[in-house]
Amino acid sequence: MELWYTEQHTPFVGFSIKVERQLYSEKSKFQRIDIFESKEFGRFLTLDGLMMVTQKDEFIYHDMIVHVAMATNPSVKNVLVIGAGDGGTVRELTRYNTISNIDMVEIDEQVVNVCKRYLPQTACGFDDKRVNLYFEDGLKFVRSKCGEYDLIIVDSTDPFGPGEGLFTKEFYGNCHNALKDKGILVNQHESPYYEYNANAMKRAHRGIKSFFPICMVYQAHIPTYPSGHWLFGIASKQLDPIKDANLDAWEKLNLNTKYYNTKLHKGCFALPTYVIDMLKEKAE
Amino acid sequence: MGAVLSQKDAPLFEALNKYRGNRIVPFDVPGHKQGKGNKELMDFLGEKCLSVDVNSMKPLDNLARPVGVIKQAQQLAAEAFGSKGSFFSVNGTTAAVQAMILYACKSGDKIIMPRNVHISAINALILSGAAPVYVNPGVDKKLGISLGMPIDEVIGAIEKNSDAKAVFINNPTYYGVCSNIKKIVSAAHRHGMLVLADEAHGTHFYFGEGLPPPAMACGADMSSVSMHKTGGSLTQSSVLLFGEGVNEGYLRQVLGLCQTTSASYLLLSSLDIARRNLALTGKGIFSKVAAIAKYARDEINKIGGYYAYSEELIDNNAVCNFDTTKLSVYTRDIGLAGIEVYDLLRDEYGIQIEFGDIGNILAIISVGDSELAIERLISALYEIKRLYSKDKSGMFDHEYITPTVELTPKGAFYSNKRSVPLKSAVGSICGEFVMSYPPGIPILAPGERITPEIIEYILYAKDKGCVITGMEDMTVQNINIAEV
Repeated sequence: MELWYTEQHTPFVGFSIKVERQLYSEKSKFQRIDIFESKEFGRFLTLDGLMMVTQKDEFIYHDMIVHVAMATNPSVKNVLVIGAGDGGTVRELTRYNTISNIDMVEIDEQVVNVCKRYLPQTACGFDDKRVNLYFEDGLKFVRSKCGEYDLIIVDSTDPFGPGEGLFTKEFYGNCHNALKDKGILVNQHESPYYEYNANAMKRAHRGIKSFFPICMVYQAHIPTYPSGHWLFGIASKQLDPIKDANLDAWEKLNLNTKYYNTKLHKGCFALPTYVIDMLKEKAE
Repeated sequence: MGAVLSQKDAPLFEALNKYRGNRIVPFDVPGHKQGKGNKELMDFLGEKCLSVDVNSMKPLDNLARPVGVIKQAQQLAAEAFGSKGSFFSVNGTTAAVQAMILYACKSGDKIIMPRNVHISAINALILSGAAPVYVNPGVDKKLGISLGMPIDEVIGAIEKNSDAKAVFINNPTYYGVCSNIKKIVSAAHRHGMLVLADEAHGTHFYFGEGLPPPAMACGADMSSVSMHKTGGSLTQSSVLLFGEGVNEGYLRQVLGLCQTTSASYLLLSSLDIARRNLALTGKGIFSKVAAIAKYARDEINKIGGYYAYSEELIDNNAVCNFDTTKLSVYTRDIGLAGIEVYDLLRDEYGIQIEFGDIGNILAIISVGDSELAIERLISALYEIKRLYSKDKSGMFDHEYITPTVELTPKGAFYSNKRSVPLKSAVGSICGEFVMSYPPGIPILAPGERITPEIIEYILYAKDKGCVITGMEDMTVQNINIAEV
């Protein structure tokens, strides 16, 4: 018997992983949640059939969504995380003793519960005393906040389901308002490669740019995401993630990271020409 | 026709499915022949859709002379809505409203109606030659919206014009306001008048709980219901309901004057399917809709500056009931006209709402909405207040202007007309319609005296970005006046 998981990266491209067994499959109020076990990538979580996180390559995503911002401003104390039900982002944040509070807002409580049970590799930071979990719509949570956070991380799904509201101008405007003067916004920024991700990426970039004077994009290689070439956005009211980065202070923290390092901090902002051009274009 | 049908059936839908399965060879219209003759259209709309875009034929019945599946579907709709009978309209509620008025009134007959009726009703006056007796709607001074008909004024108009043939009622208005329809019905019936309801925005009253009473349950003789607005059928499909005292055959003839003989089966089947869905699950759907609307109102009122209004408007006179599924928001206190907020939502946030007028916006919440989408609207309103609010002084503050009717709409519309610049028309009698669309309620109707404040209002609305329609001159510089 052969059992394969396939995600359609486009109507004409499929990405498949051989599955040993399916550990979980349920429909929550918001989406379908599945956990699979595989030889190549270990356990992995999919939402509505789309790849979210695998045991083998999650370190790349979580390193890059957290440490670039933390090295830009190592004195971040109050953090808001939106989405991130698998827990990997919170796990990385809890490694910083300097952080005093982490509010995490995930719309689907069932994702957190499933990950606690099946993916303890990522879902291991939720019990940290500094972490407060809120199960509600991120868009709703953030609109009533004003000048509270040093860092907001938007670790969302693609903008084609419950995550749609997290790619909108109203959301970025509300985030801007929820950040302090030196605040930083980081978001998963989709991929430039396939048209359908690229449009989401352009829309996100245009939306963020209309609120933040500093608005940059960096990249990482994530093997299980469409095309493998993935982008992150970092935006700020004052701090430039390259010029103002405090890399020495970050080095002194002595955190072991498997993907991120301070050389890569500078390098990851060097984008391919077509991506630079695309970021200048208007979204369709 | 065999077995007794229940609300679980959808005879028209089932007949179309059967037709599709039978692979009939079409040598009739439409000429695209199940899509084969228009590949681009087929790619766009899909084969499933085009394969049932067919003409009336034996097993599919005929809208103009319903004896088979259309008759059954109409009967099921009548049962679902609690009326004696129903006709499907494929020319929208506009055709249904026109049929009601043409049925009730011949040339010269009087009809009592609020002035804030939809254009389709006044259009029917032009077609029929009926003479309107307007009841001035109540006006909410702060919100600048016209309300329902104050009950004493309607009864006064009925007694003063006891020769009138019908009373026409909005149930509810675009903003969700209902008049005291029960009292109006009993007064009208005492004087032998028919009661005609425009329930373009009232489909859900027939299926939800805790909503204002639907017209047919209050004894109205006919009602035009836009299934497509909140009920889930395709745009342009509506239902005309009628009660005991109505001559069914004559009403069918009159409706035939108002609509096409090539009725679209896409529209007809959408009515059948939507009716079944509402009859079986409407209660749950509309309690969810009402809950979403209430949540949105509470959240919007927390922002400050906006006022999302609801049942507190009820004064048992001009507002006898309020449709709580409506999300109407007063915006002028943040210094923005409703139409300006409407434009910002569309242009900056990609959110399309139903309309914005001078002081308000209106969002339609319906069978198709979710909690997540409403969060986007609320958040965008936060942002608009934060980024765009202005000083509110100098904003126009009235919406309803009492008209002086000098000629019947038909008399004025068919008179010798002259086109003059807007500003020099003051004092003349208007020969055409002027309105903002939506909501499609005429600012001026043919036959009404043009006053300086009306001209000021038109220019202000135009300046704020309202789409002014109805006039021959689409640039809204010249207006047709009736030469008397």
